[in-house]
Amino acid sequence: MTRRRWVTLVLVLGVVALFALPLLLGAPSNYAGTDTLATEAIEASNPNYVPWFDHVFSPGSTEIESGLFALQAAIGGGVLGYVLGRLRGRRGQRKQAAAQQDDVSP
Amino acid sequence: MHIAEGFLPPAHAIGWTIAAAPFVVHGARAVVKEVRENPESTLLLGAAGAFTFVLSAIKLPSVTGSSSHPTGTGVGAILFRPPVMALLGTVVLLFQALLLAHGGITTLGANAFSMAIVGPWAGYGAYRLARRTSGNLLVGVFAGMALADLATYVTTSLQLALAFPDASSGFLGAAVKFLGVFAVTQVPLAIAEGLLGVLLFRVLTVNARPELERLGVLKPLPVDDEPAPTAPHPAPREDDGVIP
Repeated sequence: MTRRRWVTLVLVLGVVALFALPLLLGAPSNYAGTDTLATEAIEASNPNYVPWFDHVFSPGSTEIESGLFALQAAIGGGVLGYVLGRLRGRRGQRKQAAAQQDDVSP
Repeated sequence: MHIAEGFLPPAHAIGWTIAAAPFVVHGARAVVKEVRENPESTLLLGAAGAFTFVLSAIKLPSVTGSSSHPTGTGVGAILFRPPVMALLGTVVLLFQALLLAHGGITTLGANAFSMAIVGPWAGYGAYRLARRTSGNLLVGVFAGMALADLATYVTTSLQLALAFPDASSGFLGAAVKFLGVFAVTQVPLAIAEGLLGVLLFRVLTVNARPELERLGVLKPLPVDDEPAPTAPHPAPREDDGVIP
């Protein structure tokens, strides 16, 4: 394996470890979202505050909500993969074209 | 960093919307200008938007026992300068406010200010500084990505402290409380986001070299100071699978 691939592997493992370690070592927790915790903190310190506007649309259940989040990630991941694939393919084509030119010119 | 719908008093909601609007309009112009003058930028612009789209959809566990999501706004800020992200980040927030009941229309201005404006600018500043002092692109990318993420959550904490100061300790007390919720949880996520940014830029320096040179992110090859990502031996092997 080249040095470049080792570096890639270490970086990927680093990202995985950052999220796996708290789950493996940390105290039991329900990992509530920070957005929810902040809302709860406001409700605790300002019990008289009433939200003055409600969501225009709410996903019916947490299942539908997580599906829509997955859709968001899928759209983003799809576009990102498409762009990286095209850029990579383009570099390959250029390299091939350059190689062919070298064959013809001498 | 999403302040929930209706959870900012009307005066604050309007204030942040007015504060964010000029940045978003300016960002929209920057995107249109970039695409019109450099149509070949469209691909990378799409990649920058897509990166934010993916990362802000994924909630990840943190050492504090709560979970949060990265922002991914650093890539676009480093590649195209921060104004572009004012638009792209706001589009992501609008998608989440309308379809996912995450964030909201009344808090869109405040959320855009933290994620699409302060985050990208802080990240861009950190990128420039770290790159200049270290002389290395990837060190700059790591610093830029991580700080764009962290600065967003610090901004949200301060916005909430401003709207809901503590009864006894005032703004500062509330700021400490909200920073405890947001900023501490965000530290490992910011580090992870920095590593993801480094991974992405390692791919881009190899495959999108012409664009990066035109955008001024990389110098043209002869005076290159990068740790040789286009080393001769791995490159041809990587291409074997791509060329038919």
